[in-house]
Amino acid sequence: MSSKNLFQKVWEAHTVGTLSNEQTQLFVGRHLIHEVTSPQAFGMLREKNLSVRYPERTFATVDHIVPTNESSEPYSDSLADAMIKELRKNCDETGITFFDVGSGMQGIVHVVGPEQGLTQPGMTIACGDSHTSTHGAFGAIAFGVGTSQVRDLLATQTMALNPLKVRRIEVNGKLEPGVYAKDVILHIIRKLGVNGGTGFAYEYGGTVFDGFSMEERMTACNMSIEGGARVGYVNPDEKTFDYLKGRPYAPEDKDWDSSVQVWRDFASDEGCSYDDVVSIDAGEISPTVTWGINPAQAVSIDESIPSVSEVNPSDQESVREALEYMQLEGGTPIKGIPIDVAFIGSCTNGRLSDLEEVASRIHGKKVKEGVKAIVVPGSQIVSKLAQQRGLDKVFIEAGFEWRNAGCSMCLAMNPDKLIGDQLCASSSNRNFKGRQGSPTGRTMLMSPTMVAAAAICGVVTDSRQIFNS
Amino acid sequence: MALAKITEVTGKGICVLGDDIDTDRIIPARFMKCVTFDGLGEYLFHDVRFDEDGKPKVHSLNDPAYQNASIIISGANFGCGSSREHAPQSIYRAGFRAIIAGNFAEIFFGNSINLGMPCLSMNEANRKKLSDLVIGNPDAVLKIDLIECKLRSENLVFPFTLNEGARDSLIRGMWDPLDELIEANSEIERVSRTLNYT
Repeated sequence: MSSKNLFQKVWEAHTVGTLSNEQTQLFVGRHLIHEVTSPQAFGMLREKNLSVRYPERTFATVDHIVPTNESSEPYSDSLADAMIKELRKNCDETGITFFDVGSGMQGIVHVVGPEQGLTQPGMTIACGDSHTSTHGAFGAIAFGVGTSQVRDLLATQTMALNPLKVRRIEVNGKLEPGVYAKDVILHIIRKLGVNGGTGFAYEYGGTVFDGFSMEERMTACNMSIEGGARVGYVNPDEKTFDYLKGRPYAPEDKDWDSSVQVWRDFASDEGCSYDDVVSIDAGEISPTVTWGINPAQAVSIDESIPSVSEVNPSDQESVREALEYMQLEGGTPIKGIPIDVAFIGSCTNGRLSDLEEVASRIHGKKVKEGVKAIVVPGSQIVSKLAQQRGLDKVFIEAGFEWRNAGCSMCLAMNPDKLIGDQLCASSSNRNFKGRQGSPTGRTMLMSPTMVAAAAICGVVTDSRQIFNS
Repeated sequence: MALAKITEVTGKGICVLGDDIDTDRIIPARFMKCVTFDGLGEYLFHDVRFDEDGKPKVHSLNDPAYQNASIIISGANFGCGSSREHAPQSIYRAGFRAIIAGNFAEIFFGNSINLGMPCLSMNEANRKKLSDLVIGNPDAVLKIDLIECKLRSENLVFPFTLNEGARDSLIRGMWDPLDELIEANSEIERVSRTLNYT
């Protein structure tokens, strides 16, 4: 039998057939839905008089619009209130499991899936959200879809898709202290570009990914789409199995051992082929910060923002546009740029280990006067575990606001928004124009620890210089 | 219901220039608080078209000369970012029926084809020439021929590419795959049973 990579194995195991346009009809074993991209799909089903084919394969939660500083309904935003009620109704009518706000299990869909054990190796997973690639950390093929495909999945549990090529990205060596998974993925995107991954699934590996915790792998896989790759994954290993053991939806008892065997077999075979291989030396990665309006426009903390004249002629227009929007001068060191807001949270960096890492650094320090700093746990479970460890008190003591779980200021569909041209140091995943709720608001992406350093100093700061690494 | 066979798109063009036009820019997240896509056309490129007081800014989409345009011409990596179908829906509902760019982000591309809205890739030199033509004469009629993969206007011919599967689906009127997916019912059930998870 010829050797195969994980993508090929998972794809074959889920192929239903070939459609008349040569696309694959792919079975999607796990479907996750949320309040923003699903109501229209349920509407389309009703219009066509179709029912949900496998309600037990779809799970729902509410994350995008949920307020993080109100806990009782109706919410003050009536549109948001209507959306959550619509999802609740759709789940009730179809028998889909809903991790509702009152369940204690609500949160960002890409935090909830893994923490419930719904995300497992060898699965195909889809969700109407581009950061679905997060689930690839477990060796699943997980991708974002549009609402029409949410409809297709509800109706048939399958969708039409073209197979992807696979690029293996190896990061070998040792990361310097104070360099995190977020810096690794920002570095990869900076090197390969925002559309370098179009048509590819990224397989991440090498000693750095082998050494990463599951939550660090999730952070990296999460941002695959920011490099244009719809899918990003890490081969499953003992860490993956240890993480899953005992979670509510993980296999139990005698099923556990047989599942682990099946999961192990999905990992890429030794000597299998890839369409492309990229190697990166961990030693070249520093704390990384974006300065522009896409996630590839990033520099390491010791560098200066590029000026228009020093970049390739083909990039000059986009650099000019980014500098103008960000109100930054080319050639300025990234370190020292003043910030107004600090946001720790999101499906990229809103997990327990992110909050623990920051809390361990900020003891005895205070958020700079004039900076608004908020911490939004990725889920109610993350929030509960953090509170049990007293992390909320550490953050509040330091001058951060401690909020309820949700997507919050990553995309600002709830009341958490930038005002005017405020500049936000953010642990989220996108720095597009207007992304954080104000059409002129500015975002700089970085690791949660770097966000905390910026919050404390009031300017973009090398966290290694103010925290003891 | 049989879908239209989309073999050509004819209309006026409009340039929305720039690379990496992301879906947040096409439709800002705050306009996604809706349970249907019906009203989205109104908010297309909202924050690029209007200032914070709601006053129109200088933008091709606000220019009366392009009011009836139905074909967007843009740069590389169009539609990157979020998977929101709200983005192509808002473009379609604002009256556009095709997009020409350097290339497209994958999820956006799939979402657009599902609506029967072709996304055509054209090289930079030809896009420049086509943009100049449209800016010089906003009333120029562009005729996109999906059979020959050529756009014709004012005696000029502009070749483009389109993923073969997508092109085939459009010209056969099979761009919404749902009916075909449903047909495979027993095969779907077979695959479901072979998996080690439910």
